[in-house]
Amino acid sequence: MLIKIKRRGEIGPAETTPRELFLDRRRFLRLGAGSVVTAAALSSGLWRPALADVKLPNVTKGPFTARDELTPYESVTSYNNFYEFGTDKEDPARLAGSLKPRPWRVVIDGEVTKPGSFDIDELIRPHALQERVYRLRCVEAWSMVIPWVGFPLADLLKRFQPTSRAKYVRFEALHDPRQFPGQRRAVLSWPYVEGLRIDEAMHPLTILAVGLYGEVLPNQNGAPLRLVVPWKYGFKSIKSIVKISLVEQMPLNTWARSAPNEYGFYANVNPLVDHPRWSQAKERRIGDFFKRETAMFNGYADQVASLYTGMDLRKFF
Amino acid sequence: MTAAQWMTRVIKPAVFVLCLAPLAWLLWDAFHHQLGANPVEKLNHRTGIWTLRLLLITLAVTPLRRITGWNVLIRLRRMLGLYTFFYACLHFLTWLVFDHFFDLHEVTKDIIKRPYITVGFSAFVLLIPLAVTSTHNWIRRLGPSWKTLHQSIYVIAVAGVLHYLWLVKADVRDPVIYGLILVALLAYRAWTKRATAPPRLI
Repeated sequence: MLIKIKRRGEIGPAETTPRELFLDRRRFLRLGAGSVVTAAALSSGLWRPALADVKLPNVTKGPFTARDELTPYESVTSYNNFYEFGTDKEDPARLAGSLKPRPWRVVIDGEVTKPGSFDIDELIRPHALQERVYRLRCVEAWSMVIPWVGFPLADLLKRFQPTSRAKYVRFEALHDPRQFPGQRRAVLSWPYVEGLRIDEAMHPLTILAVGLYGEVLPNQNGAPLRLVVPWKYGFKSIKSIVKISLVEQMPLNTWARSAPNEYGFYANVNPLVDHPRWSQAKERRIGDFFKRETAMFNGYADQVASLYTGMDLRKFF
Repeated sequence: MTAAQWMTRVIKPAVFVLCLAPLAWLLWDAFHHQLGANPVEKLNHRTGIWTLRLLLITLAVTPLRRITGWNVLIRLRRMLGLYTFFYACLHFLTWLVFDHFFDLHEVTKDIIKRPYITVGFSAFVLLIPLAVTSTHNWIRRLGPSWKTLHQSIYVIAVAGVLHYLWLVKADVRDPVIYGLILVALLAYRAWTKRATAPPRLI
């Protein structure tokens, strides 16, 4: 079934145009007029990423839907922390055109019985796409609610049969300063690396996302493939993944390497453990003027608290 | 017109209006929804950065006057200093209202626990006596101690740059640039002071 997710305030196609005509129009825009628009956009600098705006087919409603009000598409795609493009929040949307999300290959290696290098579409094809409405809490004390489209990371990992030595999953993002202008400066050590403990990676809340708001993932949101771990601070949800490795040792993630006293491996959302320089007790939901209380594990405590039983969360921040 | 007349009739009013431009620009953006997805953060950052810019511009008056010989520039210094305080007030208010909504308990906790807020807040508090004593009356009343009091602006400027440096996550380029400008402005003073110091009595 094709589920279209309306942006708030948007008039849905069903209310105005028959679906087939609407799709035809979109196809026309994409194929025919697209090239004209593209040329014009390129010359004017108003480049919209090639694949964004394209509806993803056969998306079903997934579990764990947050009841919070969705953050508008405009905000989700214009306010991003994605240092590969630049350190300002507006940089990713402004410079997104330099990233080419197709063709794209993803390497799966390490402690798996079936390693390999795969074309992104081949890699995704076996998976049924689901919509997951999750809260996203940034370590900078702001948050959003985003309708991701993706599939459980566990389903993907199982296809490659992790061995008993696979204790952690290490993710690596694209390193290419031609596509990522922010990588021309050593603000962080490139490529961006993130990691999860195997039980965190296999948790049903953990997904790989290929879209949002029913459409293909815009470049500034981590096209073509990104991780989403909703109970952890946003920097754990690595974008534009090119490599997934099953490993025995805990990987050193980029922010923990950059400032080990400020960012840890776990980075679970925790209002009781402050960042050394600012409080994590409250957050500003994008669109709000005032701050609200932050919930333990970003409100996913019922699902994930058991993963950390007996652990000192002040020590393993 | 004489240089003094130019100053009072043209340059000073022009600078007065120019210093309001960042605020006008901010308000224009706010009313046209140009502040992005997180307007409160933008409001806070832009009032903060303009505080620091105006502070550095204020500190540039004396070196500029010495280098160019245009002594008339001194007449802009008080206004620039007061505008620095004006933007500092706006910056402080956005934090007080939108981040804490006047929750004085939280505000106090933040000031004590967060070094970047400790230095930022201290700088703001130290600006208050300077703004208050900026009038002719106070200058006369305080006599030579007025100058000593107003030299605290150097401490305030250092605190302002530290406030900026300590809040960024990884990209320190911008605060470092502001820091280098401040170092240059202070170094000029140290250098000219040494060069013009009266010979020591042995």
